[in-house]
Amino acid sequence: MPAKVITLTSGKGGVGKTTATANLAVALAAEKSKVVCIDGDIGLRNLDVILGLENRIVYDLVDVVEGRCRLKQAMIRDKKLPDLYLIPAAQTRDKNAVSASDMIRVAKELRSDFDFVLIDSPAGIERGFRNAIAAADRVLVVTNPEVSAVRDADRVIGILESEEKGPASLILNRLNPTLVKSKDMLSPEDVLDLLAVELIGIVPEDENVVIASNRGAPVAYDAKSRAGQAFRNIAKRLKGETVPFLDLDAQGSLWDRIQRLAGRK
Amino acid sequence: MEDTKSLLQIKGIRDGLLVSIDDAPWEQQRSALLTQVDSQPAFFHGARLALDVATQALRVDDLAELRDQLSERGIFLWAVISESPTTEKTAQLLGLATRISKPRPDEARQFSVADLGEESALFLNRTLRSGTRIEFPGHVVVLGDVNPGAEILAEGSVIIWGRLRGTVHAGVKGNAASAICALDLSATQLRIAGEAMTVLESKENPQPEMARIHQDGKIYAELWSAK
Repeated sequence: MPAKVITLTSGKGGVGKTTATANLAVALAAEKSKVVCIDGDIGLRNLDVILGLENRIVYDLVDVVEGRCRLKQAMIRDKKLPDLYLIPAAQTRDKNAVSASDMIRVAKELRSDFDFVLIDSPAGIERGFRNAIAAADRVLVVTNPEVSAVRDADRVIGILESEEKGPASLILNRLNPTLVKSKDMLSPEDVLDLLAVELIGIVPEDENVVIASNRGAPVAYDAKSRAGQAFRNIAKRLKGETVPFLDLDAQGSLWDRIQRLAGRK
Repeated sequence: MEDTKSLLQIKGIRDGLLVSIDDAPWEQQRSALLTQVDSQPAFFHGARLALDVATQALRVDDLAELRDQLSERGIFLWAVISESPTTEKTAQLLGLATRISKPRPDEARQFSVADLGEESALFLNRTLRSGTRIEFPGHVVVLGDVNPGAEILAEGSVIIWGRLRGTVHAGVKGNAASAICALDLSATQLRIAGEAMTVLESKENPQPEMARIHQDGKIYAELWSAK
């Protein structure tokens, strides 16, 4: 079966696109899917660090596009998961080094060998973003429960609609149920009310995400982490399974327990 | 090369370059344009380009592909002018301008208000998302929401059958009799003619409201009620 090409984007920076890409890639590969992720953030590459593959980079996406290596040579196999590959971005170039048709060509070449091609988009709505969505069969918009992030997500969804990229799906990242309860944070209902798109997952705020990212071992590996569970659930939904959302109402007690487990209380 | 030239007309205008094409098949036109561009990359690089496609009906794919191909060559396609409503709609969807400084005679505008006995309105059957900007020389009716970051500038009144959380300016050319109505008037700012009003705290139970300029020259929003 040819691969599904999925792009993660957000408009605003810092909402967790790269972290989400790494975690979904790990979660999908752990479920025996063949996954390749492409870092679309040329000039500001991060995905390799979060996946812990930084020291293995020899060739990158720009080398492939400019014909200095074959596609297979730029694909780095993950340390733990044999079915997970990364095509890193170049750090010394900029977004103009790659074009939309290059991305379409690369994705086309990968389609036959994989189940999922995940593309991590850079922030913004300029060329890098256009490149990242050019090849996408499906787009996941990542946002935080913050007014500015939601507004940028709205803009991006508008662009995706006008480009006829099909309906976008939403990942609501870094939700803090305690703050939602005290009405100090937008609730998932507020966000969905404005964006009017399909919700594919809510990821609770969890300091293990940062710790795991810094270690180069995404939190999706961590069976105990609730954020990891949320990413694993999104991966299942991407494969077409119906998985209930994490119970946010029961979160009061559960959340405290997680914080205790994480050593915060 | 001769062929290419007969298909395309390129001239300099105030806002960059204007390329006019005729009614030959789109694929042919597109490749003719790209050939022309590739033959003089230095001349075209960094150019702002407007495209006049006459009566061609173009879909989103057609225009998006051309825009991407031009952008790869360092050319910014900013406007598409057309007599075809399909193409105009496509261009608007892609956020391209559909008029350049000299506006094309508009079909709708050939009827004067007196002929019809009514005024013209633009009907938008969708939600306006952040980044959308609608300018219209008449009234605007939206069946959907106007999200934060979206803008409507109308010479007449603006009626929103949904939530208004973006920016609306009614009577931009100074018509102080214009009104702004919405089922939920939650914008942070409203403008009618030369007046602006900021307030509008978010409401728990939104009710339909209408904002107008009152006798004292200020804008007031009033709840609509079935009397």
